[in-house]
Amino acid sequence: MRSAERHFSALPGFRFTLGYTMFYLGVIVVIPMAALALKALELSPGEFFRLVSTPRAIAALQLTFGASFVAAFVNAVFGTLLAWVLVRYEFPGRRWVDALVDFPFALPTAVAGLTLASLFAENGWLGRFLVPLGFHGAFTRAGVVIALTFVGLPFMVRTLQPMLENFERDVEEAAAILGASRLRTFLTIIAPTLLPGVLTGFTLAFARAVGEYGSIVFISGNLPFRTEIAPFLVVIRLEEYDYNGATAIAVVLLVVSFLILAGINKLQLWANRFNR
Amino acid sequence: MTKRFGDTIAVNDLSFAVNEGELVALLGPSGGGKTTVLRLIAGLETPTSGDIFIRGHRVNDLPVQKRNIGFVFQSYALFKNMTVYRNIAFGLRVKKWKRRAARERVEELMQLFGLEQLGHRYPHQLSGGQRQRVAIARALAPKPDVLLLDEPFGAVDAKIRQELREWLVRLHHQFNVTTLFVTHDQEEAMEVASRIGILNCGRLEQVGSPQEVYEQPANEFVARFIGVMNVIELEVRNGMACLDQIAFPAPGYKDGDKVRVGFRPYNVRVSPSTDEYRCQAVIRHTYFLGIMMRLDLELPSGARVCARLTKEDYKRLGLATGMRVSFQIAEHKILGAAQNSNAHTAAGSGCTHGER
Repeated sequence: MRSAERHFSALPGFRFTLGYTMFYLGVIVVIPMAALALKALELSPGEFFRLVSTPRAIAALQLTFGASFVAAFVNAVFGTLLAWVLVRYEFPGRRWVDALVDFPFALPTAVAGLTLASLFAENGWLGRFLVPLGFHGAFTRAGVVIALTFVGLPFMVRTLQPMLENFERDVEEAAAILGASRLRTFLTIIAPTLLPGVLTGFTLAFARAVGEYGSIVFISGNLPFRTEIAPFLVVIRLEEYDYNGATAIAVVLLVVSFLILAGINKLQLWANRFNR
Repeated sequence: MTKRFGDTIAVNDLSFAVNEGELVALLGPSGGGKTTVLRLIAGLETPTSGDIFIRGHRVNDLPVQKRNIGFVFQSYALFKNMTVYRNIAFGLRVKKWKRRAARERVEELMQLFGLEQLGHRYPHQLSGGQRQRVAIARALAPKPDVLLLDEPFGAVDAKIRQELREWLVRLHHQFNVTTLFVTHDQEEAMEVASRIGILNCGRLEQVGSPQEVYEQPANEFVARFIGVMNVIELEVRNGMACLDQIAFPAPGYKDGDKVRVGFRPYNVRVSPSTDEYRCQAVIRHTYFLGIMMRLDLELPSGARVCARLTKEDYKRLGLATGMRVSFQIAEHKILGAAQNSNAHTAAGSGCTHGER
């Protein structure tokens, strides 16, 4: 850590700003996390393991992480495409489409969940056509993925947009002049350059999905062992006054998320090696 | 060939040929269509009309990938996810060179360009000059038929520019690849190119050796763009255009016509004795330009004329600001009839291109 005293700085006082940052992080992030950890420490290891290894808890955790991963992946592909189209092409209504991307940010997730559930229900606007084809969007695991994809989309698009705007078109032209086909240019130049941004968007969408609650409650149906997500199980345990059970599951959510995010971060360092 | 973008004509009925192994500059002000010409040749734009031939083959319908052209972008457009080595090797890999041949070619180029130690660096770890060398090496690696350079020295500072110019000339001797480069810097074009094409508003004004375009400019635009020139608007009387005591013959113009007369500052002879030459003036300003001195002379009529002489001559003649002198014009050119829209009068004119 380097003191900034000798340099001109727009914000006054390195000590003051750092102190404030620490205080803020402490109150907002560290204390709640520490409280959770302390609460978990009250449990004996055996007790903890028993609480989180019930088949119901395992099914819920698997669904949460699995569906979040799939949703983040879907967003990585289609969100990238959407960002590309928004940055690269000028078409009528582009600004409207651009504004629509922020919708999932602003919409209360419960409203989103309700809307999606009624759309995909057997008699809904979409369900009417999809259910006869064998696709059940409401009250299924697919519904969970749909809702998580919805809430994660803006993270992907908004992360990639500035990167794509900085991506010079010259580079593509240079590759073409050297004889490279479009596919080759995409695979060897565009994709590797965008990968760090895609990973950042993926991380954000994934983290958001793991913590998502409001929209899932309505679309999944919350069937234990099938469509019940871990955050919902935490709420159930709380309602049963089973604080230990709730804490144990919450800690697993926290630790696994942390490990996955750390893993992605490592991957990102590698993907971004050419910028360091 | 012609290229239109909507209503704007970027390149207007342009036609020229570059000989095998030649180094030609396209010179002109920004927005003159220079870059568009390069992009048309490379196949990045399609001409609205006209044909492009490379080594006798019409390439209009050939896609960018197949034209075998080397292109150096103003921004260099390096692949930032690749090392220097892989940037240079890119074209060779695409063209399926044999592994060993490709490695030898890349190593040869890196050595020639002084990049041996930088093979493992990424573009963002390089200086501007190094990036530019990588860009040129990358373009040359697949042995292109034609090398196109878009403002190759635009992004580096003045001192490195000078070195790079010399380097480019040497490079051209070594590879002998037909090269067309775009610049807005007339000095750069004069120094580097064997021929210069001057482009203005999409139109090719003149093509010729540096000496030709300097000494026999085809028109006023070329004359003003290449080097420094005094342009004065004068009225014709008795077949002569008169600037105080100096009369320029103006054949083909009627009395009362206004003509534009141009002369280079170094063609103005100045004497400290007021009766050596016929024209009188006062030295208003002197500018020190290294080995040359520039004098701004004010005539009794108020007209201003710019003169240039060496520092030795300046000292020998004992000139100084504020002095009364006499002068004459050794060589001039009638540029044409004055345009009414252009409000250049004798009093208001002077040096049209301030040097540095």
